[in-house]
Amino acid sequence: MGVIGTVSPGFFGRRRAKAPDLPPGQYLTEDFPVLSAGPTPRISTEAWSFGITTETGEVRRWNWAEFNALAMERPTVDLHCVTKWSKLGTTWEGVPLETLLAGVETSAEYAVAESYGGYTTNLPLEDLLDGKAWIAVRYDGEPITPAHGGPARLLVPHLYFWKSAKWVRGIRLLNDDEPGFWESVGYHNYGDPWREQRYWGD
Amino acid sequence: MARATVLGRLTWRVATVAAVRDETQNARTIVLDLPDWPGHLAGQHVDVRLTAPDGYSTERSYSIASAPEGNRLELTVDLLPDGEVSPYLARVLSAGDPLEIRGPIGGWFVWRPERPEPVQLIAGGSGVVPLMAMIRTREAGGARAPFRLLYSTRGPEAAFYRDELRRSSENGSGLSVTYAYTREVPQDWERPPGRVDAGLLAQAAWAPEREPISFVCGPTGFVENVADLLVSAGHDPARIRTERFGPSGGQP
Ligand SMILES: Cc1cc2nc3c(=O)[nH]c(=O)nc-3n(C[C@H](O)[C@H](O)[C@H](O)COP(=O)(O)OP(=O)(O)OC[C@H]3O[C@@H](n4cnc5c(N)ncnc54)[C@H](O)[C@@H]3O)c2cc1C
Repeated sequence: MGVIGTVSPGFFGRRRAKAPDLPPGQYLTEDFPVLSAGPTPRISTEAWSFGITTETGEVRRWNWAEFNALAMERPTVDLHCVTKWSKLGTTWEGVPLETLLAGVETSAEYAVAESYGGYTTNLPLEDLLDGKAWIAVRYDGEPITPAHGGPARLLVPHLYFWKSAKWVRGIRLLNDDEPGFWESVGYHNYGDPWREQRYWGD
Repeated sequence: MARATVLGRLTWRVATVAAVRDETQNARTIVLDLPDWPGHLAGQHVDVRLTAPDGYSTERSYSIASAPEGNRLELTVDLLPDGEVSPYLARVLSAGDPLEIRGPIGGWFVWRPERPEPVQLIAGGSGVVPLMAMIRTREAGGARAPFRLLYSTRGPEAAFYRDELRRSSENGSGLSVTYAYTREVPQDWERPPGRVDAGLLAQAAWAPEREPISFVCGPTGFVENVADLLVSAGHDPARIRTERFGPSGGQP
């Protein structure tokens, strides 16, 4: 891809300790950077609810208490942000999407995650299943702070982190793909960090 | 949230450094020549890729500082002493050198000169760079939307584009500039050093009733704090756009 072999005169690099298991172009951080398009929405758990809307318009909804009564998993996963940081071994607690989709009748192939504040992101539905995605309510044993997407965020660690919608309030199932917020303004529609799918055309 | 620009496929291009210019002791503007630059919007950024002789390469994002004009592009880079890329860009790179970039990137944190509503710009440190592109775009196109810039820097010596901002705010075109100094203030300055707070915002920024669009850019901690203050002051969150410059969470 692009121009190969343009050496930057006088640049030698200060390579950081190379972590194993890091996708190409990523560097390791111990920090937990915050990136979002606007101010941090602050949603109380009383006001929060989560809904799944099928392609025919049927809605299944949980309030905070109902949601927290569901069986939770504790995945430990690596995060890869398109801005090139990766954070390894983060531990979350949340409900696998499989549980939430279990009783939902659908033949949809696509999903859009929708957030308080208006953010959206799209994924193929299969990327939410088979133990690949959770609606997380805890990070490192504590409630997720608003800056990091609390009370609840989608967690899809195998895709770039913008797909893990913060302040999530629902998933809409669709027959046809519908690009979300960043996907409409130049970011890759799928976002696989291992294939460096950062922008359109990557 | 509204949909914004449509971008084409992004390819790496080799720009040539036409000139470099110091902005402060620690920051430098790099003027690039790009024969086939597709143009950009004020607020967009590019990715810069550096490659060592052994093939090792690394990338960082830099906002475009200049208004769209032909084949020229300016970036302003603040040197982080322990950083990998910024010391190279701010100290080593010189006129005549090649620089690989791709872009423009980003269609959300952008301002279009045809927008009529008042604009509130709030910058922390090098976060002023994409906001400067908006100010320059406004001037270049003779746009009339009134602009206010609130610029938080360590001290007067650390402020980018100082002379140009003074000229632009004195030429009657409708730009006002307020500085907030976090460490050192000039003599006879009315405020002690400190962060942007609700009081300063009430004094220096458009009132929410004017329904401005706000662009807030800087280090993560700064942006979080200012965006929260704007929301508390009654600004519609949907009219506040933020850009966070990466990992470091500290105040400028
Ligand atoms: C959209 C966007 C636009 C931007 N626009 C601009 C701009 O216009 N101007 C500008 O100056 N900057 C801009 N930035 C920031 C820029 O991309 C770089 O992050 C910045 O220049 C620092 O890069 P660096 O390689 O010098 O530092 P890095 O090497 O990336 O280091 C960054 C920080 O990480 C720490 N660090 C270094 N090495 C390690 C290590 N081994 N382990 C852990 N931490 C370490 C350092 O303390 C340093 O403070 C922008 C960022 C974004 C996302």
